[in-house]
Amino acid sequence: MSANATDCKMVNIYLYTRYERFWHWLQSALIMILLVTGFETNGIYTLLGFKAAAEIHNFVGITWLIAFAFFVFWVFTTGEWRQYIPTTKKMLLVVRYYVYGIFRGEPHPVPKRREAKHNPLQRLVYLSLAAFLLPIQMLSGLLYWSYNSWGEWGLGWLSLPVVAGVHLAGGFAILSFLIVHIYMITTGHSLGAHTRAMICGWEEVEERESVEEWEIKPRGRSTPGEA
Amino acid sequence: MSIQSNEARCTSCHIGYGWKDKNFDFKDASKVDCLVCHEQTGTYKKFPAGAGNPVKEPTLFPGDGITYLPPEWNKVAQSVGRPTRDNCGVCHFYGGGGDMVKHGDLDSSMHKPNKALDVHMAVDGRNFDCTRCHTTNSHQVAGRIYSTPAATARTTLAQDDLTPRITCESCHTATPHKPGVKANDHTDKVSCQSCHIPEFARALPTKMRWDWSTAGKMKDGKPYKEKGPLGTPVYDTQKGNFVWEKNVRPAYFWYNGTIDAVSLKDPIDPTKPVALNWPVGSPQDPNARIAPFKIHTGKQPYDTVHKTMLVPHLFGPPDSDAYWRKYDWQLALASGMQKAGLPYSGQFDFVETSYVYPTTHMVAPKEKSVSCNECHSRENGRMAGIKGVYLPGRDGNRVIEVLGWAAVLGSLAGVLLHALGRAVSRRRKEG
Repeated sequence: MSANATDCKMVNIYLYTRYERFWHWLQSALIMILLVTGFETNGIYTLLGFKAAAEIHNFVGITWLIAFAFFVFWVFTTGEWRQYIPTTKKMLLVVRYYVYGIFRGEPHPVPKRREAKHNPLQRLVYLSLAAFLLPIQMLSGLLYWSYNSWGEWGLGWLSLPVVAGVHLAGGFAILSFLIVHIYMITTGHSLGAHTRAMICGWEEVEERESVEEWEIKPRGRSTPGEA
Repeated sequence: MSIQSNEARCTSCHIGYGWKDKNFDFKDASKVDCLVCHEQTGTYKKFPAGAGNPVKEPTLFPGDGITYLPPEWNKVAQSVGRPTRDNCGVCHFYGGGGDMVKHGDLDSSMHKPNKALDVHMAVDGRNFDCTRCHTTNSHQVAGRIYSTPAATARTTLAQDDLTPRITCESCHTATPHKPGVKANDHTDKVSCQSCHIPEFARALPTKMRWDWSTAGKMKDGKPYKEKGPLGTPVYDTQKGNFVWEKNVRPAYFWYNGTIDAVSLKDPIDPTKPVALNWPVGSPQDPNARIAPFKIHTGKQPYDTVHKTMLVPHLFGPPDSDAYWRKYDWQLALASGMQKAGLPYSGQFDFVETSYVYPTTHMVAPKEKSVSCNECHSRENGRMAGIKGVYLPGRDGNRVIEVLGWAAVLGSLAGVLLHALGRAVSRRRKEG
């Protein structure tokens, strides 16, 4: 894609394990269904009809919640959570790359490594997503879904318009993320490089010794098989 | 319009069996006609304007052109039994002076309804009589009167097998749908009737409007009647203009089982349509649920000075001031108000009125019940007038929507510009 990048020697690295890829595509499918049915349930358009939209939305929402619990288990037992620790180091370099360097064909300042899959910008975005936005969406959705039990649960003080409003705002935030995310996966060394990695696990990246000690996820007992 | 001065007509159904004059004791329980409820020959006919009495000799009633015959008393008396749909229907299907006038959910089609019209009473189905739900205890019939709800407790037969069966929940419970079906969650706020009576007047048209202000027109100097496209009268010199409708979508209100009304002494505001009665209930009322109603509109006389509704004397002997004799509102109103013992200034005009009738019969087969999107929608939904409840699909948050779309479109514009920049810079390099 860029002149500089093709000058470098490319290496194939195994970035995403089978479970990670499965989880990524499952979650993306669930989220797309939830967006389509959720906006319809809110009344923005008519596609499947309110009944079908609401029923599918509820079912898929609960499915997502259960599947997310497995992801949380995975992220902590494998130690992959460390990939999400936010940092400001090289943040400005990454920002500068996306607003300037990318047009000049400069190499990415923080290339992907198995031990450092996310650049500082990604770390921040994915942490916000996984630790805040998605849980807020799940919690507001669960509350919305269980509206009829609020009284029994001592949650009678909750306001349905507020819960629904938070849930709607979250939906828009996720849709905005999705648009930027889908665009960003075209910014690898080729248009399809990032997508290919998320399908088969392997990605071609430039071989450089730019990964610094702090970026590397410390190896622990919980991450066997990484050598 | 009201009862005073017109008793002989109204009391053919309403309490006042054998009414003669205003000294009648309406509280006397012995003044109840046993036969009208219990005779089973179907030949016991009351004269329409005879205060509930049948005729002693064949008599023609000019109002409907029918000659009423005296009953064969022996046969009638020997036939007594448990009241059937026909016994109840003889009054309740013809309320307001004729078939299809008052109630949108009770008319002559309910004598022998089919399943499509009423799943409970259908002759090809359960074939319920009225008394199946309107259970009685020492002649006290379960049911609603305006000031008193049909039931205040939501008791089912499963909890108490002697409970009156007057509500849907008496038999069906508060969770009548299969486990996990969302409709079970609706029963706290939505009455069963709201979904299961999608339209009333499904077999015969029902009167939706009665404009008294146009009464009194003559054809060749004589009173006349005119029929409309539904085969029902649209004009009657005695009564004015009518509007009839079939398959009517109900109006919905919060309703706790009580209906309040304007009395002849209550001041009204003639600058806007006067609600003569209205369902009582609010979203905050734990006993109130959203329920379907027929709204009957009209134009009726009121006192422009005292700002009260007026009672015309409609029915009377030939020399009386009754409207249906002299067709003079001024005389009829003065006479009516005098008989009612109420003040009348002598100045009158007509005002728009509305009157609600609860809709609870004509329960449709479940396949015909109201679908979710008929309420959960922004355009012309059935719940459009219902306030105080957040309804997904109807109520969004317009501020969040505008900001949300701004963020989404902003993101889209951002990535498109970025993509354009990359394409341009690459072409420049390659070129």
